[in-house]
Amino acid sequence: MPWPKETKYLGKSTPRVEGPAKVSGRAKYTTDVAPAGVLFGVILRSAWPAARIKSINLDKARIAPGIKAAILAHDGEFVVHYYGEELAALAGTSRNAVLDALQLIEVDTEPQPFVVKELDAIKPDAPRVFAEKPNLGEVPTKDTGSIDDAFAQAAAVVENTFSTAIAIHHPMEPHSYAVAFEGDEMTAWASTQGIFSVRDGFARSLGLPQNKVRVICEHMGGGFGAKSSLGAEGRLCASLAQAAGAPVKLALTRFEQALAVGNRPSSFQKLKLAADADGKLTAFQMEGFGTPGFVASAPTAAGGSGVTLPMPYIYKPAATRVKQSGVAINAGASCAMRAPAHPPASFGMESILDQLAAKLGMDPLEIRLKNDPSEIRRREYEIGAEKFGWKQKYRKPGSGPGPVKVGVGCAGAAWMSGGRGTQAEAQIFADGTVEVRVGTQDLGTGSRTVVQVVAAEMLGIDPALITARVGDTRFPPSGTSGGSTTTASVSPAIYDLCENVVAELKKISGLEDPRSANWKQACAKVGPSPLAVTGRWHDGLSTGGACGVQFAEVEVDTETGFVKLRKILAVQDCGTVVNKLTCESQINGGVIMGIGYALYEQRVMDRRSGVVLNPNFETYKLPGIADIPDIEILLLDMPERGVIGVGEPCTIAAASAIANAVANALGVRVTSLPITPDKVLAALGQLPDTGVATALARDLDAAFAQVASAPASTLSPETVA
Amino acid sequence: MSKYTLNVNGQSRTVDVAPDTPMLWVLRDHLDLVGTKFGCGIGQCAACTIHLNGVPTRACLTPVSTVGRMKVTTIEGLDPAGAHPLQQAWCELDVPQCGYCQAGQIMTAAALLKNNPNPNDEDIDGAMAGNLCRCATYMRIRAGIKRAAEIAVTATGGKQPHVAATMEGAK
Repeated sequence: MPWPKETKYLGKSTPRVEGPAKVSGRAKYTTDVAPAGVLFGVILRSAWPAARIKSINLDKARIAPGIKAAILAHDGEFVVHYYGEELAALAGTSRNAVLDALQLIEVDTEPQPFVVKELDAIKPDAPRVFAEKPNLGEVPTKDTGSIDDAFAQAAAVVENTFSTAIAIHHPMEPHSYAVAFEGDEMTAWASTQGIFSVRDGFARSLGLPQNKVRVICEHMGGGFGAKSSLGAEGRLCASLAQAAGAPVKLALTRFEQALAVGNRPSSFQKLKLAADADGKLTAFQMEGFGTPGFVASAPTAAGGSGVTLPMPYIYKPAATRVKQSGVAINAGASCAMRAPAHPPASFGMESILDQLAAKLGMDPLEIRLKNDPSEIRRREYEIGAEKFGWKQKYRKPGSGPGPVKVGVGCAGAAWMSGGRGTQAEAQIFADGTVEVRVGTQDLGTGSRTVVQVVAAEMLGIDPALITARVGDTRFPPSGTSGGSTTTASVSPAIYDLCENVVAELKKISGLEDPRSANWKQACAKVGPSPLAVTGRWHDGLSTGGACGVQFAEVEVDTETGFVKLRKILAVQDCGTVVNKLTCESQINGGVIMGIGYALYEQRVMDRRSGVVLNPNFETYKLPGIADIPDIEILLLDMPERGVIGVGEPCTIAAASAIANAVANALGVRVTSLPITPDKVLAALGQLPDTGVATALARDLDAAFAQVASAPASTLSPETVA
Repeated sequence: MSKYTLNVNGQSRTVDVAPDTPMLWVLRDHLDLVGTKFGCGIGQCAACTIHLNGVPTRACLTPVSTVGRMKVTTIEGLDPAGAHPLQQAWCELDVPQCGYCQAGQIMTAAALLKNNPNPNDEDIDGAMAGNLCRCATYMRIRAGIKRAAEIAVTATGGKQPHVAATMEGAK
């Protein structure tokens, strides 16, 4: 890769350029903008998990004090599939006005039977989420090698079932929009990961020309996958603005965030893994299912990302058979969430692998070094093990003394990352300052600083001379920030841009090298009209296939079931590090989101009422500062690989490593995430048998049997790149 | 609606709102002080933390009618130049990621430093436990508070921490 080897800014630590704005309250987020005369928008949501909506009467709400617009989410009769689905929306002059008027909307419904638990929904006689189709979707099958022979000939075979709970993105800034029309031009401020995808969504849904819609996202308060495209709340906000003839802003509440804007699907995995006497993996079998919400059986595909797992994840046993599918329930649809499908896949696979290691009497690290096909990850394991003190810390499962047991675990991850088409433009001014514009957005990853660092390095100038502008569809296009692609998409475009700047400045100034010390002199020749230059992403400066491993050390109180984290070490392959400070920020955050997935986070549905039981931060537990152990990060800086995004790969292995550490401490395995104290005590046999566990196991067996016996579909399941 | 005259960031401001209007909306909708953020609206995330007489308080749970003559400090008023030791440390160590919760984090941390100019990890975890951050900037929040304590001492030649001065009138 042509990135410079000796660098001044690239790979060093540059504090993010918008830091001062973010610590002083000056950074403007979506609902911080207030176009003159802006109205407040609010959504009426279904109070029924399943119902035919026969009619909605907005008449009384429409004439309530302060109300300027009242619209329906759909025309005519329609069916709602979950509690919280959009029914109607209002705009008015104050928060109180719209909240009061919501109470005046009359909804005539015919409630229908519903099902909100996966193990209920998969039963053949369960209420159907969509009348046309069974809740269990198509069951893609991947079949390679002679699986039965491979298991018969294996030296060791282990089986177990694993499950993971639904997690919710919960960015601190709720999904928010503000929309203003001026003549036939529309401007939308959106809290989004994809300004262009939101622009195109508006154009499509409102029938507007693409060149009349502008989307702005100056700063946004996190997305984690849930803000990748235009949501129903955005469409309703725009329709309200049209109906009211005035700007409207609409921000969801935390309650709504838990119902209707995406989640990470659950997973249930029945796994079987075999190895030869040397510990080399020979066969893998899986039956699996999970729920992406109501969309699993929708007649047209919509959302639902991340329900089929890339199995057997990063390993390559010769014989594999994988059958898995999504199960529909009456709940909001899933969508991409930080490394969709990978954390549950990693959890299942790395757990059964440890089980196999134990059966073979092997060290978990040894079985990974023997079976992991990635040279990079094997190197990371060796570096990490040394730093972590694996040899000194590892002991046989459950062999620690006392009631509080210490354990260690490790796990690996892969992520496709990679870069893609991005364009950028720059204006070079006679005073030597530079404005760079690129239509990406900053989710909090520091994309402005990435632009600044790359340009400063390539032009050999002080970053302070460069102003990076992002977050506006009037700038040259870039992709949605998803799949850990932003830095790897933007950096090469800026590289190309700067090469073009240097070439143009050479011509204008006559200087052989207009960079660095000659910069001011070269720019002085630019004249009153700034030099305008463009650049675009091209191959050869970024790459994919990010690899990472993590090590965890935990202590588990066998009397209370409480898991306390002592240490996490993340070794992350980063290719060319662009900015060390923001890169480490990403990894810190990814590891901690993995801690939440491992120990705390789960959406709980109520079987009888069909509602989300924990739609708030008291009962849906995010990790807090007091939950965070010592986290150490080692960046495997490999400039020869080019730029690689790290935002997602760093969250994958955390929960798997923690689960393995808990199993190592206890000598028994908690097979379900999150690992809450009750599950620890149950695994230790310290809870009285109430029959619930037995009933659950029976339902689970029946569910897996149904997946196993389903006819193979022609769809192919996901695989790891 | 009722008229309230409030002392906000050292200025006298008058608003005409319903008595039960949360300070969060008074600040954001009526006084154009939008640095204070909505995260949950029910006191469970602390993104909206402000100071009332120096005491960290959830603006979303504070009806305007209960504020009276108490001194209201928001992130915009913590330091006129945005150069409170915490703000300096936050930039230096790259604490904020998306930044949305950081006004609340900084306001809570400022109150901690006022009472405890040299906090250890346990003190920090105790004081900051209610402030959620989904980007999970916690590692750097811990480091940032310690760094701010250093900056405060350096700025005053090791005598009177700067943070104490900004908290004048807290008691």
